[in-house]
Amino acid sequence: MKALSFAAGLTLATAITAGAASAQTPTLTVYAPDYFASEWGPGPMVEQAFEERCDCDLEFVPGDLMPRLMLEGDQTRADVVIGLNTDVTQQARESGLFAPHGQDLSALELPIDWTDDTFLPFDWSYVSFVYDATKIDTPPQSFEDLVEMDQKVVIQDPRSSAAGLAMLLWVKSVYGDEAEDYWQRLAPNILTVARGWSEAYGLFTDGEVPLVLSYTTSPAYHIEAEGDDTKKAAIFDEGHYAYFELAAKVASTDQPELADQFMAFILSDAFQSQIAMTNWSFPSALPREDWPPVFRDLPMPEKAIFFDEDEAAALRDEALEEWRRALSR
Amino acid sequence: MVRAGGLSALGPADYAALRFTVLQALASAAFSVLLAVPVARALARRRFPGRGTLVTLLGAPFILPVIVAVLGLLAAFGQNGLVSRGLMAVGLPPLDVYGMHGVVLAHVFFNLPLATRLILQGWLAIPAERFRLAESLGFGPMTMLRVLEAPMLARVAPGAFAVIFVICLSSFAVALTLGGGPSATTVELAIYQAFRFDFDLGHAAMLGLVQLGLAGVAGLAILAVRVPGVSGAGLDRAVSRQDARGAVARAVDAAAIGLAAAFLLLPLAMILSRGALGLAELPASVWQAAGHSILVALASTLLCVALALPLAGRLGDVIGLAGIAVSPLVIGTGLFLLVRPYANPFTLALPVTALVNALMSLPFALRALGPEVAQIRADYDRLAQSLGLTGWRWWARVALPRLRRPLGFAAGLAAALSMGDLGVIALFADPDRATLPLQMYRLMGAYRMEAAHGAALLLLALSLGLFWVFDRGGRVDADA
Repeated sequence: MKALSFAAGLTLATAITAGAASAQTPTLTVYAPDYFASEWGPGPMVEQAFEERCDCDLEFVPGDLMPRLMLEGDQTRADVVIGLNTDVTQQARESGLFAPHGQDLSALELPIDWTDDTFLPFDWSYVSFVYDATKIDTPPQSFEDLVEMDQKVVIQDPRSSAAGLAMLLWVKSVYGDEAEDYWQRLAPNILTVARGWSEAYGLFTDGEVPLVLSYTTSPAYHIEAEGDDTKKAAIFDEGHYAYFELAAKVASTDQPELADQFMAFILSDAFQSQIAMTNWSFPSALPREDWPPVFRDLPMPEKAIFFDEDEAAALRDEALEEWRRALSR
Repeated sequence: MVRAGGLSALGPADYAALRFTVLQALASAAFSVLLAVPVARALARRRFPGRGTLVTLLGAPFILPVIVAVLGLLAAFGQNGLVSRGLMAVGLPPLDVYGMHGVVLAHVFFNLPLATRLILQGWLAIPAERFRLAESLGFGPMTMLRVLEAPMLARVAPGAFAVIFVICLSSFAVALTLGGGPSATTVELAIYQAFRFDFDLGHAAMLGLVQLGLAGVAGLAILAVRVPGVSGAGLDRAVSRQDARGAVARAVDAAAIGLAAAFLLLPLAMILSRGALGLAELPASVWQAAGHSILVALASTLLCVALALPLAGRLGDVIGLAGIAVSPLVIGTGLFLLVRPYANPFTLALPVTALVNALMSLPFALRALGPEVAQIRADYDRLAQSLGLTGWRWWARVALPRLRRPLGFAAGLAAALSMGDLGVIALFADPDRATLPLQMYRLMGAYRMEAAHGAALLLLALSLGLFWVFDRGGRVDADA
């Protein structure tokens, strides 16, 4: 039983220290996805930069966002949530758990017009296919090229992955009623459908497949951190589906001023100048000339495609069913 | 689950998922058990240098986190894997592992070791005196099989089949990645979708019940099928057998062991070679996470064994099977809802992980202990009663000394399984105390694939190490 009581002791000790800290300085509790809060994500940068100016303690709680918030309802400890994506905004809005962010949106530099008063984008990217230039000489320039390639691709399941869902909507926007037909034509080229981005990207970096569904910003990591410029994003003539990561203030927060301060911080230079290199996506409120050079040099699509939450909700179930039928044959 | 609010009906996609789930689980269980029989027999009757190490290593796939195992498996058997590159070098097409057969291949990779160990336990539980007696009566291999080995297999194999069937029921990431697409959708994925994307708790709970129901059917099936042991009492020491000395028998055994070893160890070797590079660049937090994982593993082993001993028996089988079939996501959500009104779930992250892992390992512990406890009861109960050995005295004097081997195995399995688990942590993640698999996943999520491979190797080494320590403790007298 030693191990158990040790574990219980640890638990107690944390509970006490947490309690003691909150008596002195206020704590802002931020729910964030695992990749965001981890030491290899933007979490440590955000925590340090915000604590320098807020006279508070910022505490990240990593894990699933919406399932946890929905389970907790207005009893949640969260003051702010960061790392939501546009797939869940409708559901999140309807839950009534979030309050308006109160920020001036004119600072945003996004490829689309953003008017949401609740969900605030802090970075963004385009969904795209990333290829290994040592194995693919002529990258696909369109969805049709993708079908005609003699190389296989790994995609993510739209039912378990945000990138997978974004691709589903991307194809739907390009092909409309022909989407099911397109998926059927693409099917022979799909090596497999992975559960999530990590699995799919792991297959790509392990050399199992030369082409993977990811983001146009993925190559920035390889160039910057590994000095490897052989991983490139294929840019399609049809345009690319835009992917935004969002933050929101929780309505039931007991630290409303701190939460507001955090929402403003997200759009500030301190946050925006760091987010690209820590989360490997474009900053939401910096003009392109102020991006880190490696991002400025990335090829950009001509056209951004994006469905707002109502359009996406109207299309999603049908598109999912088409996808399932086409790939199940 | 009651707190989740009403259940909702199943749609056509759910039925398709159900059909695929059952089919792949049946095929996976059948292949795992069939292939395990010759391997277990060969291991039971051969002594060779490194046998103990091999037996331990063969257990590795089962305790690996799914994502590590899948990447290892593909590094060996994938499109660009070692085998495919070999085939292409001599002008043959690469292997295509994606599809139903890929799912079954992966499940056999995971479960062949488990089946082998369970059946091997059965073989080693046949007292050596019986083989000697059989030899002195001039039994040939066929008679030996019919009289001694077939009854043992009839006792052990259905249980192994059922456990593996149930494990494969709740498969998700494997089925998806190697299944090649949505035709390989399992019920567990449907649960995940209902929970994470639609936030339809009622639907998730309904699907969870369906999965539990399937496991229940499997449990009842074994109760009906299993014939009680027929052997009488004997001195239960494992002694190398004198039969099967012929060249054919030798060759068959060598082939069984060699093929199984190649199939199981090749992907492990790939994990090793890829991880070696990343090991050097592991940050301190990963080592710290390894410490937490060891702690959780030890706590959950203790809990698991404490629960398994009194439950080992027929009822325990059914409870245990139900335990594997419960989706970790459903258990995690249930516990989260239960705990939340009373305590902050995040501070309970590690204890809850230990508890859930203990419950998840329980079925395997019961499977390893159950038949042996039943046998001991059958063999020694009358003697024990006449000596007045009951209650804890019975356990201390009669049962435990004879249960060393399965107990060590069960404890090792529990420890290793809980090292690799990622299931419940999603809702209970603690900001400051991550477990090793979680850190590995975070590394992958941050593009640090090389470091992630290093963490995977560390995980593999620690899981195997824990398993080896416990299992060795149980087998210390058997293989000397």
